[in-house]
Formats: sequence, structure tokens, C-alpha cells
Amino acid sequence: MAGGAAPGGSTASDTYARARHWLLMPSWAVLGVFVLAPVCVMVIYSFLTKEFRGGVIWDPTLAAYDQFFFDRGLFGDSDPKLQWTYITIFWRSIWQAGLATILSLLIGFPTAYYIATRPAKTRALWVFLITIPYWVNLLIRTVSMKFLLRDEGPLNDFLLNIGLITEPLQIINTNLAVQLGLFYSYLPFMVLPIYAAVERYNFSMSEAAADLYATKWTTLRRIVLPAVRPGVIAGCILVFVPSLGAFLAPDLLGGAKNFMIGSLIEEQFKGNAGNWPFGAAASMILLSMVLILLMIFAHQQRRAEASA
Amino acid sequence: MNSSAELAVDVRNAVKRYGDFTALQQISLGIRDNEFFTLLGPSGCGKTTLLRMIAGFEDVTEGGIFLFGDEIENLPPHKRPVNTVFQNYALFPHMSVLENVGFGLEMKGSSRKEAAKRAGEMLELVQLSQFAGRKPAQLSGGQQQRVALARALAPSPKVLLLDEPLSALDLKLRKAMQIELKHIQRETGITFIFVTHDQEEALTMSDRIAVMSAGELQQLGDARAIYEKPRNMFVADFIGDTNLLEVSVDKVTNGRAECRISGNHALSCDAVDGVDVGARVHLSIRPERLLLSDQGIEGSSLKGTVAENIYIGTDITTIMDVDGGPKITVRTSNTERGNKRIFEPGSRAYVNMETGAARLLVD
Repeated sequence: MAGGAAPGGSTASDTYARARHWLLMPSWAVLGVFVLAPVCVMVIYSFLTKEFRGGVIWDPTLAAYDQFFFDRGLFGDSDPKLQWTYITIFWRSIWQAGLATILSLLIGFPTAYYIATRPAKTRALWVFLITIPYWVNLLIRTVSMKFLLRDEGPLNDFLLNIGLITEPLQIINTNLAVQLGLFYSYLPFMVLPIYAAVERYNFSMSEAAADLYATKWTTLRRIVLPAVRPGVIAGCILVFVPSLGAFLAPDLLGGAKNFMIGSLIEEQFKGNAGNWPFGAAASMILLSMVLILLMIFAHQQRRAEASA
Repeated sequence: MNSSAELAVDVRNAVKRYGDFTALQQISLGIRDNEFFTLLGPSGCGKTTLLRMIAGFEDVTEGGIFLFGDEIENLPPHKRPVNTVFQNYALFPHMSVLENVGFGLEMKGSSRKEAAKRAGEMLELVQLSQFAGRKPAQLSGGQQQRVALARALAPSPKVLLLDEPLSALDLKLRKAMQIELKHIQRETGITFIFVTHDQEEALTMSDRIAVMSAGELQQLGDARAIYEKPRNMFVADFIGDTNLLEVSVDKVTNGRAECRISGNHALSCDAVDGVDVGARVHLSIRPERLLLSDQGIEGSSLKGTVAENIYIGTDITTIMDVDGGPKITVRTSNTERGNKRIFEPGSRAYVNMETGAARLLVD
């Protein structure tokens, strides 16, 4: 601007910027109280000493992290060795959550695609139907799953009755049960973002591909999937992240052998047997992993956008 | 007999219904090889439906479509040797311009390298070589349009289908592209089937035009025939500006029809099959083929009063109140050449028709 604003004088845009600051305050307050503060508490607790009946003693230490990664023997005075127990649980969680994500993607993508290609009038109905089970509490739904899958449950009864099997299948208390539970819990989080992406997809691109001699499968792979990729990635994150920290499905469907990180953390804060700093440290490790994952995603998105 | 093997596309009694709605009723037309053929009509007339039936995106309810003599009904789009330029271009946003153009070739089995080479040549043809590495979103509308054209031409289709490809461009660019398309069609010798609702565009580019309305073929002919010898009211009204006068036919002799319009003015014109004595039909007269004058000509004049002169740059449009009859529009070229006469509003004058300017319309 030729004249410029007089130094110290306030212009319209200054006023606007200040107003915007104040108008954003409620959002900042909510984020601060409900997101930032709990995370800070968790970070601090993870560096404190445990109190035996739950709670913490204000004595800073790295003991919680040390316990997670290293084994120093029963009395804590042996040479430190890598402690595999928790790393194994962690690894199993990633594995389970990954499989549940893939399962959700395999079922969720065709579902979302089907809904998005219905006439506009019926699409809302389909989306509504997808969300209906979620009006019931997750705990109740998971318990129902347990009932369905158990040895004398309806699933085995049905399979026995139609003569497909002669003995009840052992599904409950297996990895498969956990995956089914996670899949069932989080499927809509896969379907909805993919649905949104496919709905925005311009289907004349599929026609153009067919016109240019591409088969349906090639069109899906080369044209549709790249176009709806952000929706697919969002769906995968939305299923993977909560699956990683889930404790209901592993607890109720997986039994003691199929312990996941969510259950481990939950136990640290339950009753008197818990270890708050250790639970906080495990949460921190989980959180960092998720954060790294999201950063990789964000980075990829930026790169894809830059090249588009 | 006109064997369908000589025709690039032969549409035989094609009908398209969506439930109760009939989008196309019994269309038959033959499109010759190497021809620039245009399907022209207002939106909803079925022209795009017919194009999509040829491409394979819509199936044919009744009748058949033959491509160089072969029935293509049962071929899915990806097996038909035709390519389409889509109205919204439908370029693949995640691929570079070169990859877009090479896509069809790659799908047809060319190696990536061959496809890229041929795609490069195509980009040269549409003068976009320097943009080969860009993504479609980084190009202007006109450039995207040319990429879509290059992409559809690259696999050397037997027939190229163009679905209102120029409708998103501004006027100047559209005019330039019309000429360019015509050149490319001549150079490549590929049969073009072009869909548009813009009559001027159709007249500019086409070897032949099929005028469509309400799912029916109204008239098929070259630009001159369509403009100068419209068959019916719809064609006369849709193509260009015209005066439509209600007439009754008094007499038909030696290929001439004597007509009368309200106000008891007599006009004579060429007789037309299907219009007989006593018929009450319409007469179409193009405004640029009328002249204002002090003197009338027997059988070719209407006397009246000048109501208004409208200056539109290239022409001056005069609205005349014909005595006891309708209003009539006369267009006078805005040049100093020829017998230009402009009459002030309120003055009395004759409107004289050029020979052959009046055309009787069936229905």
C-alpha cells in the first residue's frame, strides 16, 4: 500500500484480526481443557513413581519406561535385558489392528462403493442403516458378539444344523474372534469416509477409462482407487487407531491369551493392582506411534496434493 | 441398396426407453466414413443418448447399431473401436498429460514406451508438447480440452465421438477450436460424430447435420440444406433467425405455390411435397433475404409501416408492421455496398423477398 497504516494506528484489518482472536477463545479453551491438559497429565504421570494402591508419588523417575522395555530381574538389580512381554503385546496389537483394518477395507470398500452408486434418494437410507447398530453401546454389542460366537452359540448351531461342521468351531478366545470384534466395532469408520470420497468421484472418468479400452478391474485399480485414496487412507486410520487401543473386544472375545495394549493400559488404572505411571508410559508410547503414523499420512497427502 | 458396410455408423430403427419415458423413437441414420457428422438439437432431444449408445454407455432398447457393418450391440465400451471426447473432459487428475494421452494405447497393449512416444506425437498435433509433464489441473480449460482430444485420438479410433466438447470454452476459443477440430478431422480422416446444441457451431464444422428434437430426427442434410431448405417449423425456428408466417395455399401450379397471409397479401414460392391447395401452413423467410424498398414486386412483396430500427453492428434489424398482418423482421447488412435502404420508423415501405427466399414448411 502506498501510504500504509500510520504506526500504532489501528486499521480495519487489525480490528478484524483481534476480533477473530477473541471469537476463537471458546474453541481454544475446549481444546486446552479436554485435549491438551489430559495429555500433559499423562506425560507428567509417566515420569513419576507409582503408589501401590493406585495414584502417584511426586518423585520423578524413568522407571515406567524402563519397566516397559527392560527386564532387571525380580529385585531390579540384575543387568538390564530387553523385556519382550510388553513389546510382544504391542506387536500383537499392531498385528490385530492391522488385520482388522484390512478386513474392514475389504468389506467396507465394496459396501461404500455400492452405497455411493445408488440413486441419490436411497443413499441417505443406506448410510442411515449403516449407523443403526451404533445406537447401541459398544459393550453390549461386544457381549452380543461373544454370545454369537461361543461354542454353543447361534453361529455354531447354525453351521452344525446345516451339516457344514460336525463339531463346534472354536472361535471365541482366538485371534479371529478379536479381529471380528474389532472389524464389527469400527466398520462404519471405514465405510463413511470411503463413501464420501466415492460420492464425490466423477464417474465419467470411469466411462473415459472404459472408452479407452480399460477393463472394469483396471479402471478400479488405475482410476477409481487413486481418486478416492484420501477417503481410503482416512478410513484405514479411523479403524486402525481405535483398534490399536481397543480393550473391549480383546478382553471379551480374545480371552487372556490375546491380550492387547488397550487391555494392558486399562489394567494399570483398575482397582488397587494398577500402576499409573506404567499405564501412562504405555499410553505415551501408543500415542507417539499413532502420531508418527498420522504424520506419515499427512506428509503423503501433501506430496500427493503438490503433484496434483 | 446402400450396404451398411460402406457406412461408418449405421443406426437402424434405434429406440431408447427409460421405463415409461422414450428418449429416442425409431432413429435411423447412416454416418459415412471420413465424415464430420453433427447431431444437433436442444437439450433433452436425445442427441447425447444416441452418442452414448454408439459409445456403449447406454444399451439399445430396440433396433441396432452397426459399426462398419458389424453389429456392436453386445460389445462393452472397452471393446468398441470408438473413442469419446467427454463434455467435462474426464481427464485423469492423478496422471500427467502424457500419461493421460497414452492411457488408451497402453490399455490396447502397447508398451509404456511406445504409448509415450505416440502420446508425444498426439500432443504435438494439438500443440501441447511443452505441457506433457503437467497434471491436468495445471492447464487452462482450452488446454484440457485439447488433451481430451489428443487422448481420444491417440488409439486411432475408427470413429471419434465428441459430446459437446466446446461448450465450456469462451466464445473466441470456441471459434478457434471449431476450425482446429475441422482441420484435425480432415488430416486424420477419422469419422467425427459431434454433438452440440449450438446451431452456428454445427453449420461451421459439419459435412452433414442431423437435427433432432424430442427424440426424433427432424431433418438430415448438409449445412446449406438445413439452413436454406428447412423441412418443418422446428428446423426453421431452431436454425438461425427466421420469420414464420401463417399462410393458406391458394393454388399450386408448375412447382409454384400461391400463398396468402393475413391482411390479404399474396406471396408466391416454390411448392413443397406434402403441402397442397387449401393447406394452412407456415412460410419461413430469413430476415437477411428481405429488402426494404419504395416499390413492390408482384407476388414477392408485403406493404407495411416501419416500427423500429435496431442497430446491432454488422447489421441493422428493422421491424415492420405488415398492413393487417404480422410483424416481420428485415435484416440489412451494415455496409455502403449494394442497395441498402433504411427507412425511419413510421414511414411506409415495401418488404421485397429475394427469389427463392420463402420456404413452405410441412407442419
